[in-house]
Amino acid sequence: MDAIILQVLNGLEKGGAYALIALGLTLIFGTLGVVNFAHGALFMLGAFCAVIMRSLLTYEVATGEVEATAWGTEVAVTTPYVTQLFGEFGNTLIDWAVPVSILLTIPVMLIVGLVMERGLIRHFYKRPHAEQILVTFGLAIVLAELIKAQFGANPIPVPEPAALGGMADFSGIFGSEPGTITYPMWRFVYFLFSAFIILIVFCFLKFTTFGMVVRAGMEDRETVGLLGINIGKRFTFMFAISAMIAGLAGAMYTPIISPDYNIGMEFLVLSFVVVVVGGMGSLGGAVSAGFLLGLLQSFSAMNEVKAIIPGIDQIIIYLVAIIVLLVRPRGLMGRKGVMET
Amino acid sequence: MKILTHPTSSVDSTMMFIFVAAVLTMPIWLTPIGAAYPDLMQRFVIFGLFATGFNILFGLTGYLSFGHAAFLGIGSYTAVWSFKLLGMNPIPAAIFAVTVSGVFALVIGYISLRRSGIYFSILTLAFAQMCYAIAYSDLIGKFLGINLTNGETGLRVLADDPRMLDGVLTSGIDTSALTVNLFGLDLTHTWVWNGFQFNAGFYFCAFVLIIASYIAMRIFRSPFGLMLKAVKTNQNRLNYTGVNTKPYTLAAFVISGMYAGLAGALLCITDPLAGAERMQWTASGEVVLMVILGGMGTLMGPMLGAGIIKFSEQKFSTWGKPELHEFLAFIPDGIRDTVVSVASLFVGSGWHLTLGLVFMLIVIFLPGGIVEGGRRILMIVTGSNRRNRQIQAAAQAAE
Repeated sequence: MDAIILQVLNGLEKGGAYALIALGLTLIFGTLGVVNFAHGALFMLGAFCAVIMRSLLTYEVATGEVEATAWGTEVAVTTPYVTQLFGEFGNTLIDWAVPVSILLTIPVMLIVGLVMERGLIRHFYKRPHAEQILVTFGLAIVLAELIKAQFGANPIPVPEPAALGGMADFSGIFGSEPGTITYPMWRFVYFLFSAFIILIVFCFLKFTTFGMVVRAGMEDRETVGLLGINIGKRFTFMFAISAMIAGLAGAMYTPIISPDYNIGMEFLVLSFVVVVVGGMGSLGGAVSAGFLLGLLQSFSAMNEVKAIIPGIDQIIIYLVAIIVLLVRPRGLMGRKGVMET
Repeated sequence: MKILTHPTSSVDSTMMFIFVAAVLTMPIWLTPIGAAYPDLMQRFVIFGLFATGFNILFGLTGYLSFGHAAFLGIGSYTAVWSFKLLGMNPIPAAIFAVTVSGVFALVIGYISLRRSGIYFSILTLAFAQMCYAIAYSDLIGKFLGINLTNGETGLRVLADDPRMLDGVLTSGIDTSALTVNLFGLDLTHTWVWNGFQFNAGFYFCAFVLIIASYIAMRIFRSPFGLMLKAVKTNQNRLNYTGVNTKPYTLAAFVISGMYAGLAGALLCITDPLAGAERMQWTASGEVVLMVILGGMGTLMGPMLGAGIIKFSEQKFSTWGKPELHEFLAFIPDGIRDTVVSVASLFVGSGWHLTLGLVFMLIVIFLPGGIVEGGRRILMIVTGSNRRNRQIQAAAQAAE
């Protein structure tokens, strides 16, 4: 029983990341009708926003004092600039670099999304899907290589805040012996964060006029346009929002996996599978399929399952995707007429 | 609206003749540009073959597969197993590789072709990633309790393998340097004449490529090929007229999978080693790049694209700042350092950046690839543009 609860917790965090990326992909697809292979690269850019934030915060300057090292030479004492500026609060800022990086990620990713849509994607609305895939695939390569040129090919570790690090003991909640269900705190935080973002996005679409217009535009773009609403502008904004969601998912994921330039590609393939399983164009489908596949993956990683079929955890997602597409070709929640050709 | 032009058979034979001559004399005419060493030429030919096969699916039917590297890997593994079990002869290896990858393509294609468009791309991608994961961790091997793919180390021929056909011959001899041989002819052997290098392995691959591209040309010109083009143009219309397109697309998928398997087997000829990294989805992306760069749906385009990509990979990825300084010597000293430091982003380890940028530019501005670009230039030069437009207008009016 404890093992099962632990796997559920494990799956939630992974599923959260899949769900966030898949949500953005589906939003882009539903509004603009474009298949964005560069979405993984946006996830990666978000992760590197956290890296940049941390290196900005830990930027060190000399204090003017001089200290003798153990073997007698003198070196200038350096401390992070923020510590000099804010004192103790500066140290707290450095410790909380990852959550603080959200402040950087949001504007950066919004701008990246806007530039990408206006500069490139806009010209591909009417082109065949194959060309959309290809041009965004090329863009993904370019973005990844630019990051590689700047930050190198090695993963860059970004620690989580000390207060949210370490293991959390969930045994009490489930009535088990203390110490039997322990789980990294940050992963749980990540799950809560992703759930929060998903909730905000759904509320935004459901309860604001802007969201209502966007949903109407997803149903029937032409009619909304005829009503005198500039739907193109709103869809561009939704693209930026999707980029921002992917970026946030990436920024908060950095303590779990140290980001390198390739991290986006790995997530992209899986989140495409998630989108297809959920049903192309269905937001609810994307989110639920994300969590579902995350859970399935963590369950198949259990030793008991692996003893029966070795290595099933690495292929389970693809297997499930193939089976789902064979049984329900439109995906779990796909609607008729979306991407049928 | 594109007009279906029917090149006469004499045009085709001329083209084929030029192509054969060009491939066979590669060691000579590639020497001035410094690409005439056997390893690189072999890669031109093998990836040309891979791209040609991919083009039969993508160029003719328009189905964009993102998982063809899986067949390349399967072909490699089969070839190495054939070396291990049967002996170092490339012919059985190639036959087995084609058969096995064809069977895999049949299964994967049968499932993936239930969907089209973006779903198809994602399904093939999922299959390829699954094959990669299976090969990388040798899951089937673990399941059966044998060493099927040898995991991340890669599968290679060992001295104590049975090699039933030629193992007896070499059992008493030193087996430390096992090379692939065609009935005793060592395929790593290179004849040197006037400074030109003629490599046996290259010529073996070249002959395979010539046969394969002849078959590809016949497919392009056959009624079957026309049907595939019809699928690309308008599949709905075909379905409404009562044609079941599935057998045609599936056949195209299997054929292109076999080409990929054959290319994979040829990759093992110089170096009998099969690794899982050959199956990664970036490798599938690479063959798409080749076909797009050269020109999808054209006969010679994919081979051109494969050659250009492999050549520039070889050249650019080995360049560094010193080479750039030498190359850009004509720029005045003051600004040369700046130019070099900017340009060095695009060479060496940053070569993929160049590749991505070129690829994007091609997709944005010239979706027909280099062949299309050449055709446009030719049109401007010969001034046949106006006449073509008239024919086009007439064809549209007739519809």
